[in-house]
Amino acid sequence: MTKGAHASAPPKGAVDVAVLGGGNAGLCAALAARQSGASVIVLEGAPKDFRGGNSRHTRNLRSMHQHPTDLLVDAYDEDEFLTDLMRVTGGRTNEALARRVVRDSADCPAWIRSFGGRLQPPLKGTLHLDRTNVFFLGGGKALMNSYYAAAERLGVCVSYDAHVMGIDVEDGRCTSVSVTRNGRVESIAARAVVLAAGGFESNLQWLREIWGPAADNFIVRGTPYNTGKVLKLMLDRGVQPVGDPTQFHCVAIDARAPKFDGGIVTRLDCVSLGIVVNREADRFYDEGEDFWPKRYAIWGRLVAQQPGQIAYSIIDAKSRGLFMPSVFPPIEAPSIRELASQLSLSPDALERTVTAFNRAVRPAGFDHAVLDGCRTQGLSPEKTHWARALDTPPFWAYPLRPGVTFTYLGLKVDERARVLMSNGAPAENIVAAGEIMAGNILGQGYVAGVGMTIGTVFGRIAGAEAGRHALA
Amino acid sequence: MPLPDTLAGGERVMTICNACRYCEAYCPVFQAMENRTSFAKGDLLYLANLCHNCGECLYACQYAPPHEFGINVPRVMAEIRVGSYEEFCWPGFMSSAFKRNGVVASMVLSVISILVLWPFVQSTAITGDFYAVIPHDAMVGIFGLVAIFVVAALTVGVRRAWQSYLVSGFSRTGPPEGGHYVRAIRDVLTLRHLHGSGADCTNNVEQRSPWRRWFHHCTYYGFLLCFASTSVAAVYHAVFGWRAPYAYSSAPVVLGTLGGAALVVGPLGLLALRRRRDPAMGDPSQRGLDESFIVMLFMTSATGLLLLALRQQAVMSMLLVVHLGFVLGLFLTLPYGKFVHGLYRMAALLRFATEAHQ
Repeated sequence: MTKGAHASAPPKGAVDVAVLGGGNAGLCAALAARQSGASVIVLEGAPKDFRGGNSRHTRNLRSMHQHPTDLLVDAYDEDEFLTDLMRVTGGRTNEALARRVVRDSADCPAWIRSFGGRLQPPLKGTLHLDRTNVFFLGGGKALMNSYYAAAERLGVCVSYDAHVMGIDVEDGRCTSVSVTRNGRVESIAARAVVLAAGGFESNLQWLREIWGPAADNFIVRGTPYNTGKVLKLMLDRGVQPVGDPTQFHCVAIDARAPKFDGGIVTRLDCVSLGIVVNREADRFYDEGEDFWPKRYAIWGRLVAQQPGQIAYSIIDAKSRGLFMPSVFPPIEAPSIRELASQLSLSPDALERTVTAFNRAVRPAGFDHAVLDGCRTQGLSPEKTHWARALDTPPFWAYPLRPGVTFTYLGLKVDERARVLMSNGAPAENIVAAGEIMAGNILGQGYVAGVGMTIGTVFGRIAGAEAGRHALA
Repeated sequence: MPLPDTLAGGERVMTICNACRYCEAYCPVFQAMENRTSFAKGDLLYLANLCHNCGECLYACQYAPPHEFGINVPRVMAEIRVGSYEEFCWPGFMSSAFKRNGVVASMVLSVISILVLWPFVQSTAITGDFYAVIPHDAMVGIFGLVAIFVVAALTVGVRRAWQSYLVSGFSRTGPPEGGHYVRAIRDVLTLRHLHGSGADCTNNVEQRSPWRRWFHHCTYYGFLLCFASTSVAAVYHAVFGWRAPYAYSSAPVVLGTLGGAALVVGPLGLLALRRRRDPAMGDPSQRGLDESFIVMLFMTSATGLLLLALRQQAVMSMLLVVHLGFVLGLFLTLPYGKFVHGLYRMAALLRFATEAHQ
């Protein structure tokens, strides 16, 4: 077999396992299925340059461990990981599946390394994760490169720009998948199918159906290829849904970010240092409620609820250099009134808001590294930490918009990753992995790196299950 | 591209990289970047010379072309680097040489040197004794003058590089101390940052190999061995009064032979590898600059080895003139060619050691 021949040439005739989606979960499934001896084709919707779904924007994976490892300090045991999951999901989780993810997460670093993926201790500035998360050297795209290279070495066939048009299901059994590749519609008959095509967060039409015109102001942080096509097809074929169909994970990001694929650099870390106002120049939430990493996810929703889905974080010269550099330059002005004009806000209104805020600030020892005693008194809403008067020009503003990360709606699965049909029985040869089924475990909320853990653990389960079925 | 344009591009790229930081563990470029919040000229000239062009960060980048951000750190660093060579060049009017430098230009210069020395070619056969062809004093005179000029030009260049690195948004460092020199020299001698991230340098997506590092080592240490050979011979002549030619087992000949062999293998390997590397990782307009230095090193060592092999033959005097012509050509182009990358990188590594360990 020559290298590369498999990667380019589609297999003739039937294939054992077809994997729909080429992100982390899809690749883990493809590798696991191939290791079990099955022939595998990966149908990736993106062109090669943008392969890897949202995984190309990730950077770490949450992993339990009993003892310190070469990458992680101390211990992070099953119960603690599970407790964290329970806490962020508010109990909206299938505990059996969650426990499976937690247990199998211990082996994820070794699995990644076995395919040439490279790991590193936490990045600077993310030291709060040094006990819980292993980082991908160079980030998620580098990991995807390693997986794709391993897939090619092992003889997995990968087809890019492959768009799933239809999936035929009879009595819980997938009989064929129709795909558009190179402008031609083909039918692929696979003995087993892995659904790993992500959520629907980049389907603007679908978002609009749920959120109305406000959705036009949302920014999608990741891949434009998560259209939810496969998810929709399978729900229409009678697979049970899981997760709230209207909800998505959403953070406040710089409003100047590109519509899609802006990734990590569009984040903004200065919200807790200043005030945030909406289009009416009014404050609407406690900016200093907690450390920013614990709060950025609620701010996406908060901004989404403001008129025009826009807000402005405003700081003064005292806060310069106290937060991670941002990719877009701040909007700068020598006075609050001039800043308001630049932001097309009412200068009177913004001045009123800032004056009221400044008056309400109770002086104390400012310390951004701890929950300090700097707060306001008599405001609605109050700012409960890091409140300092905005009085030192120049003033800086960053516009904020909701940035959608992923959707919670998914397909219900069992412990073998088989999707559950409306009659409650598992499908015969259809398994799911990654964001398309993450809602089973993550009914709401998020904890750093758990998406990659779910994708890796269930990718492996789904791939092994598909391989076993295909070869039986 | 003029330097202000490449600097503007570099500032844009580093601003995006500094908000991402996924590549932090690859190499010192990103660690030095994180010490800064703005990227002025001095910062970028420093970062560019710190970059070893290993290529890892291009393939890892979620913003690499065709993404609309179009981030390509190895390429933008290569573009700034050549701008820095021009910036640091002495005398200043010679800076355009970096654009014109190429295999043809350095060959022409070598041929001219050969023609200048051609009158020394003897019609009668003289074997073994090089000084019978070109008298010792003439040889020392010609190469001594060239060496003084080259050392002066390079010294000014390195001083300019160091001064420019200090004009920076990161000013919390004092002057380098002993330990910083040790670290910098270790990084230079081991080429640590061509395999610093735990694997080797990249030829293409997920294709890493140690060969670039090994061929560079051959070239570098070959060059040093040849230099050592000449120095030992000079000591033999001046201090002990031992006259060339030296026996095949003598220190100058052994050092020169080993160095010459390494300096044949290294450049050939580097040339071959260049053709296999993904061109996206570099600046295509620098091909001539890169390759002319490699070719000149190869021609110098190849003619040197040939001269050694045939030193007892009648063609010796002609071969000697040809070899010395290439040596002269190599030396004259040192301050205006790729050779300077080593010096400016060494200065950048010293700066990095100082920043990182204070």
